[in-house]
Amino acid sequence: MAEKNREDSSDMQRRADKAGGVTRRSFLRHLGAAGIAAAALPGGANSKDMTSEEKTLDTVVPIAGAMPVTLVINKKKHALKVDPRTTLLDCIRENLAITGTKKGCDHGQCGACTVHVNGRRVNSCLTLAVMHDGDEITTIEGLGQPDNLHPLQSAFIDCDAYQCGYCTSGQLMSAAALLNEPCGHSVDDIREAMSGNICRCGAYPNIIAAIQQVRAKA
Amino acid sequence: MSVVGKDMPHDSAVGHVSGESIYIDDMPSAKNELLVDFVGSPVACGHIKSVDYSEALKIKGVVACYTYKDLPGINKFGPIIQDEVLLCEDHSSFIGEPIVVIAAETRKALAKAKKAVKLVVEELEPALSIDAAIKKQDFLDKTYRIARGDAERVLKEAKHKLEGTCIIGGQEHFYLESQAALVVPGEYDQLVVHSSTQHPSEIQQVLAKVLGLQQNQVVVVTKRMGGGFGGKESQATHPAGMAALVALKTKRPARIIYTKDDDMKFTGKRHPFQNNFQVAFDDNGRILALKAHLYADGGAAADLSTAVLGRAITHIDNAYYIEHADVVGQICKTNYPPTTAFRGFGGPQGVATIESIVQDIAAYLKKDPLDVRLANLYGTTERNTTHYGQLLKHNTLPQLFEEVVGSSDYRNRRKLVDKFNSESRTHLKGLALTPVKFGISFTNTMLNQANALVNIYLDGTIQVSTGATEMGQGVNTNIKMLVADEFSIDPKCVIVMTTSTEKNNNTSATAASSATDLNGSAAVNACQKIKRSMAEVAARHFDRVETGIGAFPDRIVFADGHIYDERRPHNKLKWQELVAMSYRERVSLGERGYYATQGIGFDWSKGQGSPFLYFTCGCCVAEVVIDRFTGQMKVERVDILMDIGKSINPGINRGQVVGGFVQGMGWVTNEELKYSDKGALLSYSPTTYKIPNIQDIPAALHCNFIDNPNNTVNVRGSKAVGEPPLLLGLAVWAAVKDALVYAGKGQVPKLNLPATGEEILMRLTELKKTTLAVKSKGKEPAKIS
Repeated sequence: MAEKNREDSSDMQRRADKAGGVTRRSFLRHLGAAGIAAAALPGGANSKDMTSEEKTLDTVVPIAGAMPVTLVINKKKHALKVDPRTTLLDCIRENLAITGTKKGCDHGQCGACTVHVNGRRVNSCLTLAVMHDGDEITTIEGLGQPDNLHPLQSAFIDCDAYQCGYCTSGQLMSAAALLNEPCGHSVDDIREAMSGNICRCGAYPNIIAAIQQVRAKA
Repeated sequence: MSVVGKDMPHDSAVGHVSGESIYIDDMPSAKNELLVDFVGSPVACGHIKSVDYSEALKIKGVVACYTYKDLPGINKFGPIIQDEVLLCEDHSSFIGEPIVVIAAETRKALAKAKKAVKLVVEELEPALSIDAAIKKQDFLDKTYRIARGDAERVLKEAKHKLEGTCIIGGQEHFYLESQAALVVPGEYDQLVVHSSTQHPSEIQQVLAKVLGLQQNQVVVVTKRMGGGFGGKESQATHPAGMAALVALKTKRPARIIYTKDDDMKFTGKRHPFQNNFQVAFDDNGRILALKAHLYADGGAAADLSTAVLGRAITHIDNAYYIEHADVVGQICKTNYPPTTAFRGFGGPQGVATIESIVQDIAAYLKKDPLDVRLANLYGTTERNTTHYGQLLKHNTLPQLFEEVVGSSDYRNRRKLVDKFNSESRTHLKGLALTPVKFGISFTNTMLNQANALVNIYLDGTIQVSTGATEMGQGVNTNIKMLVADEFSIDPKCVIVMTTSTEKNNNTSATAASSATDLNGSAAVNACQKIKRSMAEVAARHFDRVETGIGAFPDRIVFADGHIYDERRPHNKLKWQELVAMSYRERVSLGERGYYATQGIGFDWSKGQGSPFLYFTCGCCVAEVVIDRFTGQMKVERVDILMDIGKSINPGINRGQVVGGFVQGMGWVTNEELKYSDKGALLSYSPTTYKIPNIQDIPAALHCNFIDNPNNTVNVRGSKAVGEPPLLLGLAVWAAVKDALVYAGKGQVPKLNLPATGEEILMRLTELKKTTLAVKSKGKEPAKIS
């Protein structure tokens, strides 16, 4: 079985390479095939020991259907092999164990999983990891760190713009993108631009205040 | 250097904004960890004829499948009545009720295995409404009643009467972080259970019972929740129980994370209510008598329904003195997931009923509802005893009314709304002021206790552990501030630790708004014990260094990180110095504190007592505008004024008030649970279940507090704030009802809760069609629904 998988995998990779990436045929053909395999991560600093998907299987053996993809996350290059069906969200959280990005509804309706792809905000649960080969991805960890907070992160603290914190990274990534979007100056403009991120704790007025605080200083 | 009363950021502030705050699904997985999921009942009511998971076990990566037969303990539990099972035996009583637990090494195997389990379930006739349960006379628990005076007689004799039914919908908690648990097995069948729960002790007790363990073999740990709102109190037992079963059986760590869809479909919600009432009143709208029969939809098991119903019955008076009251309540057994705690806990459904009645009385008498409310408002020296016999001390309701009527410009805006509605052919406006008087304490007196552990380390830093769980409401920040203030040290020296049953035993749920009241008081008690011992050490020290003052611990002062004898304030010890000195003198630098609320009690057999330590009160004025042709409604302005005593952390409290209001507004407007005729939830994702988003927030939202230093019965004069503001959302619903009065031209309009756009449009259409159906005279009560 392992032998066969290895063949499948290399075969698929050849086809994909030939087609310059994922082909519909190769994609479909490998639906249902087992698992993903993460290649050795450079440095491996952020990685969990193993991902949930690879746990069962001998990690030395590449898994059928896995596709190579290189993601630049928070300026760090990650060369991976992932099941082509893996969402960008799961890839970030499960394969790379970068967990600041949260899974809320997993259907692109709540905004908790918002990240930046090449500077634009994206619901990471609605896009596949393999579609982002070479893309620059920024997660909340890349926006700012505890000792080097982004002005928005500081403003969120000043304004108590969270309660439970679960939607916060998504709110911040949306807000950070908004700063570079052609968004008007009024509160209504902010509401429109932030309407894709829901907060069950109801911290909305404070979120608006935090965004306005940063925009006023800019 | 007191920090209490000042704004201090949430103690997870930096973690939340930087993504470093850890929730259960963020915890690193162990090499041999298993993922857990379940197969539940396909029908709302069924006889389980056979369960076959043999094909599932053949799937590569599937490690185990379990049914109730594999439970080593007793498959029966419940927070009040023991009527719930962890895994169905031969009967299932709601869609998704767990039958088979599956453990696998990969998500893929888990998903395949779920499909491979074969169930043969004979579908039985379910009860899918309150009416259906009433017809079957199928109730959970007994009938509860609170009565005062002679409502029956007064109703017979009164000049004005109304009767009707309030239809009140449920609510999905929609915490962003779904139910989650990670269980790590240890030696001798000991388990460490990381659970996203508001009630670690309940998880511990239930797990021990169903798994046949001693309670001391189960440690439940809760770092934080991504929202709880009541939904992670008793409802967290199933996920934790299933993961614990796997961990115990396989000796491998086991993790369960519900998908948002499954969480919405298969876990319990806020109780829908259907409340029949008869009310008698005088020409001024003053209520003379109220008879009400409350029917709560309890779902398939008792869960916390008894307590929820109790709070509905004790809150049906809201802010109004009702001389003759007869309130009865029953819990209907239906085939939905057991309805459960949800911020407000029955209070909102009781208050919605009386606020609806008040709106009806005003419409009937053609008065401003504000005047009817003022005519009924609890007084400060008379008419200030609730229908269950509790005296309102320091009643601030009249003050709140007066101030908010002024600050919101209510009277003037009423005229503007009159004018607008007489002129506009496209839109309707409505205006309403609703109050809240929310009783603070668990109605079950036993639960009003807490313990805390305070440990001081040799560098002067402190760890505090309590049974309170952090779900964003800021309880840890409050406790940190209280502890820092006790020793008068920098709050940076204090860390509130992860909640664990290992450190705090037999804790109450973080619920009833009382987490800071109870756990904060227990922490303060622990600090005071340590301070007494440290003061003795300090007194002996100053006696040595100052001639002739003697060692008097009572004269020792802790201030600004220093300790001194108040008679010689120039000679100070640093906090850290006294800590080291106390250690050298072999004085304990760790204590356990305890707190039990005094002077409360309630006797359900008589329906009388004083169950609450105090009341948190507030008022909200809301103005709405409705499109006459589509029913679409927008909240234009909201003015909130609350009495929360002396706030421990005004910033955090403000967040709670605004957030609570927003959640209440969602409940009364757009959050509608739609089920299929088979009992399956259809609105199970944010696309179909509409919680308030940023655009639903009123353009003008004012939130203020009155100054009230009189709540000395509670820690630092504060008042609990978690639930009460949710009930202020009802102002929005009342404003919609107010708008309908304008459209009805004299009719008393019907309005179910939630007032969705569809509901509003239906009512508008109805009002156009019907003529005046309300009889203004005679002994027959007017029917309004």
